[in-house]
Amino acid sequence: MKYIDEFQDPELAARLLDDIRATVTRPWALMEVCGGQTHTIIRHGIDQLLPDEIELIHGPGCPVCVTPLEVIDKALEIASRPGVIFCSFGDMLRVPGTGRDLFQVRSAGGDVRVVYSPLDALRIAEENPDREVVFFGIGFETTAPPNAMTVHQARRRGIRNFSLLVSHVRVPPAIEAVMRSPDCRVQGFLAAGHVCSVMGTEEYPALAERFKVPIVVTGFEPLDILEGVRRTVRQLERGEHTVENAYPRAVRPEGNPAALAMLDDVFEVTDRAWRGIGTIPDSGWRLSARYRDHDAEHRFQVGDIATREPAECRSGEVLQGLIKPHECEVFGTTCTPRTPLGATMVSSEGACAAYYLYRRLELPARPAATSLEDSAVV
Amino acid sequence: MCLAVPGRVLGVEDRDGTRMASVDFGGVVKEVCLEYLPDLKVGEYTIVHVGFALQRLDEESARRTLELFENLGMLQEEFGDPWEQAEQAARAGQSGPADGEGLAEEVRR
Ligand code: SF4
Repeated sequence: MKYIDEFQDPELAARLLDDIRATVTRPWALMEVCGGQTHTIIRHGIDQLLPDEIELIHGPGCPVCVTPLEVIDKALEIASRPGVIFCSFGDMLRVPGTGRDLFQVRSAGGDVRVVYSPLDALRIAEENPDREVVFFGIGFETTAPPNAMTVHQARRRGIRNFSLLVSHVRVPPAIEAVMRSPDCRVQGFLAAGHVCSVMGTEEYPALAERFKVPIVVTGFEPLDILEGVRRTVRQLERGEHTVENAYPRAVRPEGNPAALAMLDDVFEVTDRAWRGIGTIPDSGWRLSARYRDHDAEHRFQVGDIATREPAECRSGEVLQGLIKPHECEVFGTTCTPRTPLGATMVSSEGACAAYYLYRRLELPARPAATSLEDSAVV
Repeated sequence: MCLAVPGRVLGVEDRDGTRMASVDFGGVVKEVCLEYLPDLKVGEYTIVHVGFALQRLDEESARRTLELFENLGMLQEEFGDPWEQAEQAARAGQSGPADGEGLAEEVRR
């Protein structure tokens, strides 16, 4: 059984796989929502270990991938302005905007700084009162509460030269959009564990009921994924569609109430464009009116920036699970992690990057492919 | 970035009216905001995302996860120097189309 030795607990993995094999009687398509889960699945070859009946479809849960091109271009524009210190998480540096990325803005003299936490950006603002400090606030429900707290702190401590460029997204509306798509093949969801550790599980029963689809809250370690698959398949085989929590060590039904209260105070729900997918109603957050003076988009007047997506990139279809990365014509040729055309290739959590790194055999044939596959799975 | 890493609380203090902790992630110590888990105590384990404690975790699962992350090189991804990582990627990009060795290197990283 290939790769199974590298599981943290190979025996438990084997038992879970046996159980799945014994349960499944016909084909099922499950979507793992979170990019971290996609990464685990490909890295450990979990999709190849599972019985052929079970297909894993990669979902839109990579914050870097779904950030729309306009927002990247706004970030690049703001970061290029004199007097600005632009702070971001490291993963955004190489995400291509129209024609350039943050890394290049920095090489051209822009003051772009990488921070580990949004609070680091706030500290930079405090230390540089004569500069404008902007933090790039992207991410799902896990990242939004830290960013909300940071804006709240800026307000509380009177730090006026700090603002947030916000492009936060929410998972449940994305699940709904996936289910509403006429081409949707998804029959069950592995919901993103860390999102639920903040949000709890209360948004999911209505979705499970409306679309008659099982939703199993799943962690992102290899054994977590197998357990999530096992429970989802068991429900499907029994004709059930409920919400189950397979990640109770980090997820409580009520989520994190303090974080939810802060989200409610600082943000308001808004429609958001998802890169490659388009606008999904109520699928994001923006700063609420009370925090408008900390809104970078408002402060720097970057409302109308024109954008151009590379025509050959099919990341929208990848993000909706309609095609697999290697079905894109330029996968692994024109488009690689070093020369990414779409964000799903540049982000380490993106499905295209995961396929590129761990699935050499599915690339257009190259002499080195076989040996690389061996070295890819360490 | 979306990764949340478990760590152990070493010390707790109030700074400018904000509850902060130093947290040990398998050897790397970082400052972490406790405003969302205000009753977290020294010695307890928590899941941390971008410098914020988000949920408690039991010691056993925290250890297992940390060990796994370390083996997979994910701690380096999370706490390593992103400029260096981006620079490496950029340099590699200039060296032409993907060749076997470069990719293996990338994979190992
Ligand atoms: S391989 Fe590249 S061009 Fe194709 S969908 Fe993925 S990111 Fe876009």
